[in-house]
Amino acid sequence: MTNRKKKFGSNNGVWKFFTSVKLTVFVLLILAATSIIGTLIPQNASQAFYLQKYGEVFFSIFKGLNIIDMYHSWWFLMLMGLLAVNIIVCSIDKLQTTWKIIFPDKVSFNLERFNRMESAHRFDCEKEADILEKDCHKLLENTVGAVSVKKSDDGTALFAEKGRWSRLGVYVVHLSILFMLAGAVIGSLLGFKGFVNINEGESTDIIEARKGQHQHISLGFSVRCNDFSVSFYDTGQPKEFKSSLTIIDDGKEILTRDVIVNDPLRYRGISFYQSSYGTASAKNVHLKYTSKDSGMIYEKTLSFKEVLTLPESGGQLILDRFANGYQFRGHTLGEGFVGRIVPLNGPETEIFISVRFPTFDKMRQGKFAFEVDGFDKKYYTGLQVNKDPGVWYVYLGFVLMIVGCWITFFMSHQSSCIHIARRDGEKSRVMVSGFAHRNPQGMKLKIEKLAEKIKDFK
Amino acid sequence: MLLSVVTFVYAFASVLYIGSWTFKKEFMAKLGLGVLIAGFVGNTVGILLRWIESYQMGYGHAPFSNMYESLVFFSWTVAALYIFVEFKYRERIIGVFATPLIFLAIAYASLSPSIGDQITPLIPALKSNWLIGHVITCFLGYAGFAVAFGFSIMYLVKPTGPHTGGLSDRLPSLAMIDELTHQMVMFGFLFLSIGIITGAVWANSAWGTYWSWDPKETWSLITWLIYATLLHLRMMRGWNGKQIAWVSIVGFMAVLFTYFGVNLLPGLHSYA
Repeated sequence: MTNRKKKFGSNNGVWKFFTSVKLTVFVLLILAATSIIGTLIPQNASQAFYLQKYGEVFFSIFKGLNIIDMYHSWWFLMLMGLLAVNIIVCSIDKLQTTWKIIFPDKVSFNLERFNRMESAHRFDCEKEADILEKDCHKLLENTVGAVSVKKSDDGTALFAEKGRWSRLGVYVVHLSILFMLAGAVIGSLLGFKGFVNINEGESTDIIEARKGQHQHISLGFSVRCNDFSVSFYDTGQPKEFKSSLTIIDDGKEILTRDVIVNDPLRYRGISFYQSSYGTASAKNVHLKYTSKDSGMIYEKTLSFKEVLTLPESGGQLILDRFANGYQFRGHTLGEGFVGRIVPLNGPETEIFISVRFPTFDKMRQGKFAFEVDGFDKKYYTGLQVNKDPGVWYVYLGFVLMIVGCWITFFMSHQSSCIHIARRDGEKSRVMVSGFAHRNPQGMKLKIEKLAEKIKDFK
Repeated sequence: MLLSVVTFVYAFASVLYIGSWTFKKEFMAKLGLGVLIAGFVGNTVGILLRWIESYQMGYGHAPFSNMYESLVFFSWTVAALYIFVEFKYRERIIGVFATPLIFLAIAYASLSPSIGDQITPLIPALKSNWLIGHVITCFLGYAGFAVAFGFSIMYLVKPTGPHTGGLSDRLPSLAMIDELTHQMVMFGFLFLSIGIITGAVWANSAWGTYWSWDPKETWSLITWLIYATLLHLRMMRGWNGKQIAWVSIVGFMAVLFTYFGVNLLPGLHSYA
């Protein structure tokens, strides 16, 4: 007997610790409880935000325990790791037993066990035992599966079973979680998350990483934004954001496609998602300017760097750039144009022509007061750029999770038995019984139905 | 308009079920089921009409885009699931604590002044074929947990001890309630899992990441973890009866927080 294979690792204390369901329950609940923290305390906000909202003391505690990015903190990852080890050890441990049940050396039925079932139905039947036996055989074969027959002195027992393999469902569920965790690890080690803003008409091959300050990632190819457009519903709510992107690899235009929210562009494992937009610049700026001396109103459509010669010997105006969020004495003035006035003699002055406040330039008390009467926007598109080679493992995990849960919850290893005993004369005594390794109520109803059908045999 | 009528039909069904429980009259439960089915039909038609109306207004989206529509749909799924259970397990009166939930959800939708019932256009982030699948599976999950919650309450308040009369025998047995709670939790767990998964796949196609720890996601995971705990306690540690009933109630609290409470927290789901 010395050669007999010992149950793998079963005597090991560490192994025992990890096979305990108590540990599983503990880890699941701790994960649930700690997860709440991150929904109450905003994650990955600025240092100033935490200091202002929670104060010095709490901020240092948060920082020490990495609560400001708790889902990636060492202790949260450790809990996940613990769960993974728990799942692996438990599954290996239990699978040895389950495997023996699923693939036994010899499938045997225990009539006594069926007899003991509380849900067993017993009734008399007017039919002769032999004929009844044939009918029941067929019935059991159709509703359950292959029938094995056992004859004895006190009658004939018919057994059938199905769903032996459904006992494996729970292992599929556990495996699915391991796939998801593995996918997450692969994604965080080999992938990246970044973003990039591209002006219409321009291209880039470098993006900025989301994590870490100003860390640049080289794509290995270029992406150009040909055009960006935004449309609105009548109510003023945005309807669609759309960027037309072209991938340029090795100097060649590979593909051009529109990217909208919910429909990213993927190339060489890297995905580009529409995530924001803004006004980068403008063209065809329509200016209106009023002379302080004569009160005359002039109009002109200008481009950047184009020189506008002002009437009434006012010198020249040159528009330099579009500004988004121009600062003036501590106030942010929003969109507008920065230009300079070059008088016939004397120093030039920088001016700001606000879009939102048409009378803003009047306050300068210059020879002319400028205002913007409209312009064509030149947008930039804000793209999220991600690479996640682990996502397919996660997706495989998703499929296994659904399949495994379905098997575990709605299928079971069901054994049914019909026992027919010969009674005096034409009568027979019937016992119908069965059990399942899950959902006893459902099985009880099935046995009830089976009994009804036998009673209906004429 | 039709949905307001449905609210009252559901109220009537709840009253009948509660009546059947208090007075131990089976015919009231029978009548309650009939009224419940009538309400369910009205509820279905109401949702379909709203869907059609959305197309007529030119928006053309499934009616799952705001709090009002989601509550109406929640009532619908709980009603559908409960009616299914009553037919499958042939147990009457068991809806005493489940049917009021159907009524409460739709009543909250119709009567709360903070919930607008206008049909509004979809924001770009919600424009996806995943919307319907994600919402339906999540709500089937919620419905499973809601019905399980109703059964758990019933388990805890059901008088034990000697039967006072022949009619109390008609009440479902404790073992039956316990088993049905378990069935509903498994149903809810499967669909919550699918709901989270469809949400993750959708998020990956819309935002480029399948999981971003936004509060709704995190709370759905918390809910999932609690019910996973329940299943392990039951299947591996042999918990049942009152113990499971309490865990199921705690789980449903997490469901409610995932559904309503998260809207108080900032995040990607702030529109729903």
